[in-house]
Amino acid sequence: MITPQDTAIGQASVIYTRPEEDCLLIRLTGGWTLKDGIPSIDEFSQQITGNGPIRLIRFDGNDITRWDTSLLAFLTRIIGDARQQDMTPDLEGLPEGVRRLLGLAAAVPPQQDTGRVTGHTALLAHIGATTLNYLQGAPEMARFLGEVTLSFGRLLRGKAQFRRADLLLIVQDVGPHALPIVSLISFLVGLIVAYMGAVQLAQFGAQIYIANLVSIGMVREMGALMTGIIMAGRTGASFAAQLGTMQVNEEIDAFRTLGISPMDFLVMPRMLALILVMPLLTLYSDLVGMLAGLFVAHTAFDIGTFEYYHQTVHSLDLRQFAVGISKGTTYGILIAFAGCLRGIQCGRSAQAVGQATTSAVVTSILFIVVAASLLTIIYQQLGI
Amino acid sequence: MTPEQNPQIPPDAHITVRDLSMAYGDFVIQHDLNFTVHRGDIFIIMGGSGCGKSTLLRHLVGLKSPAKGQVYFDGLSFWEAGQEEQETVKRSFGMLFQSGALWSSLTLAENIALPLGEYTELSPAEIGEIVSLKLALVGLAGFEEFYPSEISGGMQKRAGLARAMALDPDILFFDEPSAGLDPVSSRRLDDLILELRESLGATIVVVTHELASIFTIGNNSVFLDPETRTIIASGDPDILRRGCPDPKVRSFLNRGET
Repeated sequence: MITPQDTAIGQASVIYTRPEEDCLLIRLTGGWTLKDGIPSIDEFSQQITGNGPIRLIRFDGNDITRWDTSLLAFLTRIIGDARQQDMTPDLEGLPEGVRRLLGLAAAVPPQQDTGRVTGHTALLAHIGATTLNYLQGAPEMARFLGEVTLSFGRLLRGKAQFRRADLLLIVQDVGPHALPIVSLISFLVGLIVAYMGAVQLAQFGAQIYIANLVSIGMVREMGALMTGIIMAGRTGASFAAQLGTMQVNEEIDAFRTLGISPMDFLVMPRMLALILVMPLLTLYSDLVGMLAGLFVAHTAFDIGTFEYYHQTVHSLDLRQFAVGISKGTTYGILIAFAGCLRGIQCGRSAQAVGQATTSAVVTSILFIVVAASLLTIIYQQLGI
Repeated sequence: MTPEQNPQIPPDAHITVRDLSMAYGDFVIQHDLNFTVHRGDIFIIMGGSGCGKSTLLRHLVGLKSPAKGQVYFDGLSFWEAGQEEQETVKRSFGMLFQSGALWSSLTLAENIALPLGEYTELSPAEIGEIVSLKLALVGLAGFEEFYPSEISGGMQKRAGLARAMALDPDILFFDEPSAGLDPVSSRRLDDLILELRESLGATIVVVTHELASIFTIGNNSVFLDPETRTIIASGDPDILRRGCPDPKVRSFLNRGET
């Protein structure tokens, strides 16, 4: 039922009066709801700065028709300001519920000395703190690398504890399940390399060399690189998310308290899986890329299939494959390393898992690009 | 070092904590903790929220190293021991985590079988029998092939307990065992803890602020205070409730009524 009073609820309003020389009376009326916003206290500030000193602040809340947290927020600001300026707020005239809630909010003083620095920090201090934070990452990474190495040692001596079934499951997940996306990307990259090259080569009438360009390009660089990038996004992220969630659920702690090394049990099978799978995926990507080259050469530049095949076989030898596959395997190790590192480092919240996943992908891609450059230079210098 | 050689440690002590300080970075959570857990005790670590109870437990089970001080198990200083010795000590622990912390990619049976497979020479069939027995002890017989995500929170907790008991540990650690359980399940868990102490003779360390549990099961305790950041009372919780000189502890143990 709607009573006349309900329909008469007006906007919140505040009237300031000075019944006595050193006393400010604040009259609150109307409906105070959060959806109408919280009135500003600017006028209050003006009232207390002008017109001589005020020692007492009284309230009259008899005409408040309804109220919620907006009234509390307004009053908290006023009371805070008043106390700061040595004025005494007298809450007597406020509705009883309001007085009780204000009492509750003031009952427990804010915890001091929580070890958290709040407030604004200077730009230089911020840059310094961020840099220190980054530098802290280096020893952590080194420690993880050490643990991985030790774990590998145990694996080689047959002492590492993990379940063979886990390894097979991970191999299935990172290998066969990745074939569709690897096929698509490799085919498209092969296509791009072939077209880009062919347009230039056609100017010299040397279209047949598309075969050389594509086969050398795919086998030595692009096959491994594209597979690496796909696996960083697909598998590196998945490793980080799995291990990160296990960290959140205390599952990794459960391994540790039992004296089972999470390195042996969780990280090793993941590294092994990628070491096993990456060479195969790289090889597969090479083949698909070369097929794309053939497709372009045949359809757009009228080169015969046999001709193309012949040219390809002549341009390649096992060395080229060794270069590509060694790169692919290196990327695999780096992806597994980055994914597991970020997963194990993960904090204990849902947000931390998200950060770990992002960071795993970023770290993997960074590692891959750096490794790709280094390896290319090294192989060139060695004349391989 | 045996207890006889170390004059600081009482002869029947199972776990002894000396001058332990815990910190996250520069932020000290608790400092100068000293207490002794005797063999067969049900020892309660209590205190208000955020005072560092769970952190203390993580120090006791070797998940976090102390900023200062030592933890002794049967006189052996855990943090001064070599890795091999640490692993041996850890093998005598069972721990029930707050959320159960079952390995989510394994079934309940596999969860319990894993430590057995790692540390015993039992055949798969024998392990299977033990797994069923442990699950039956916590009232989960028949749930062997379920994954942790397929059962309720209370059941996960009981399965976690079954896993903690897998290797018949000397010391069982419980992190907030009754959190998230209804009163009846919580009571059943208390009974189970008492039963385990009676039948296995295990030492039990429980982090909790559940008053009913504290008085039902605990026979020794420490009270961590978040303000002074150290232990302000220790002893039998029943006696503390009636006669503790510190009003904060009396108020805690009487639900705020003094």
